[in-house]
Amino acid sequence: MPKLYTFLKYFFVVIWACFVIAPFLWAISTSFKDFNSVTGGATYIPWLQFEPTLDGWSVLFKPGSQGGINIIGPYFNSIFVTLTASLISIVLGTLAAYALSRYTFKAGIVKNNDITFFFISQRIMPPVVLSIPFFIFLSSLGLLDSLAGLILVYIVLLMPIAVWIMVDFFNRVPREIDETALIDGCNPFQAFFKVVLPNSVPGMLVAGLFCIIFGWIDFFFAFILTFTKVQLLPVKIVALNSSITPWWSLSAAALVSVAPLIIVAFIVERYLSKGNLSGALK
Amino acid sequence: MLNHISFKPTEEYHLNDISLRFDPGKMYTILGRTLSGKTTLLKTIAGLQTPDSGSINFEDTDFLSIPVWKRNVAMVYQQFINYPHLNVRDNVAFPLKQRKMDENLIEKEVQEAMEKVGLIGFESRKIQELSGGQQQRVALARSLAKKAKILLLDEPLVNLDYKLREGLREEFKKLFNVSDESNSILIYASTDPLEAMQLNGDIIVIDEGKILQTGTAKDVFENPATAKVAEITNDPAMNINKCLIQDNSLIMNDSVQIQISDELKSVPNGKYLVGIRATDIYLDNQGFAFDVEISEISGSETFLHLRNSNLKCVATIEEVKTYNTNEVVKINFDKSKIYLFEESGELRHSPYQQ
Repeated sequence: MPKLYTFLKYFFVVIWACFVIAPFLWAISTSFKDFNSVTGGATYIPWLQFEPTLDGWSVLFKPGSQGGINIIGPYFNSIFVTLTASLISIVLGTLAAYALSRYTFKAGIVKNNDITFFFISQRIMPPVVLSIPFFIFLSSLGLLDSLAGLILVYIVLLMPIAVWIMVDFFNRVPREIDETALIDGCNPFQAFFKVVLPNSVPGMLVAGLFCIIFGWIDFFFAFILTFTKVQLLPVKIVALNSSITPWWSLSAAALVSVAPLIIVAFIVERYLSKGNLSGALK
Repeated sequence: MLNHISFKPTEEYHLNDISLRFDPGKMYTILGRTLSGKTTLLKTIAGLQTPDSGSINFEDTDFLSIPVWKRNVAMVYQQFINYPHLNVRDNVAFPLKQRKMDENLIEKEVQEAMEKVGLIGFESRKIQELSGGQQQRVALARSLAKKAKILLLDEPLVNLDYKLREGLREEFKKLFNVSDESNSILIYASTDPLEAMQLNGDIIVIDEGKILQTGTAKDVFENPATAKVAEITNDPAMNINKCLIQDNSLIMNDSVQIQISDELKSVPNGKYLVGIRATDIYLDNQGFAFDVEISEISGSETFLHLRNSNLKCVATIEEVKTYNTNEVVKINFDKSKIYLFEESGELRHSPYQQ
């Protein structure tokens, strides 16, 4: 019985791994193809089945005058917007979450849980619903087609995630730790910054990871709220699509755009699995 | 000094008109069941909870107007609460650093406290690397290092295993005797009557937010003010049953009737509550027949939960023996150790009364 269980376990893990890895392998192989290799039937192994070329990759870095799309500018725009918005969301979200977890708010029938739900309800609405208010809002602020405008919108979208994760995290940190800090001579601010915050790093890392992922993959708002001056990576990649879909460049661009997420996930995962952080608070 | 402290966050009182006086250099044990208000009382003294009414005076100041972080109290919780991001030494030093004490002095105080609780050699360990008992020692060391005027201990041993608990309790007694010199007030909350008796301080019995009795361990044990106190201060709880006193016999039910001792003869006929400790019930072939409902072995003793029609009681038998459910045992009561309470609960007669 245990043998069968082990077998089944690994069987499904392997199937799942194939399922996850296959698109990446396909993208990697496609990114080194040209028009003829892509349209000439399914081939996977370079040199044996098709002659690899760097054409797909070079398009990404050539300026428009040479027929490329030059993703470097949008790439750094995306990194800047995502990181800034995530950072601000985490800072504000952590503060809000701590207050929601530890203090009781009451305004009529609105209580702590309602406020927490209000934050997450921002994510329940379909983006299309939000797009027009955001557009009008940014346009009246003169922030359309600007990095600052995008950061503002992303904070609205990302902070609920941070609040949601951190409220849950703080609720699991025993209140007695704060109380002990107060008894040991900390005022409420010192208790938060000297004791609660240093022990919240794992939660903040997880919240940060989610913010970065959701910020990075957004296409819709980046598309609606920018025109020519500022462009983000997802919009630029989609712009590759013309009369002929250049699968090779698209694959290369997709790989380039996924890379930062993989790096961030690896770093956070390392940090979390150190154990002393994740297991710090039982 | 607590004056008429009340706290009623919901429909029920958590603290109900509590007035207490604590003298410096003395140790007090608050004894009460779970949810009786012990923790709320400690938190109120610490300043973590503000009572609805009443006042607290300490060293001629209005304690309630001072925020927690300026009160100079220390508290140890029943959960092992430490700062997980700091190592053992920094945990103990935390309150001293918070006071901005001189580094050398901090080092000295920390060493002293660590020595008292037996944590020397663990200074640079992380909290998560310690066992439960060690974690609680760290919390204790932190509260000792602070040299607080008021030291609050909220069931500090309850989450430890039996052996560790016994060991630490012994050390506690020594520690507290040492800290007596500092003239601080020590308040220890516990649900365990045995623990309260062993610690040998003044006992404050609390139930449903109300103080039922205060006094020395001996006094509370020998002369419980009410039947409720007698239940709370004994483990197993004292057997309290309705009874009738009529013509020198004590009638518990149709079949269980005993001739009363001379001391009790002055008690007028009428309805009372009779209190008998589990340890004052013994096996006797000439005694009353009871059915065994549950039998549990506890250390070198056996607790028998017995029943005779509507009469229930728990007896402690001084040997380890297995009894079957519904087995009939014959028992008798030590007549010289019988307590009588009025129907309303007040003590009417104690075997220790002069």
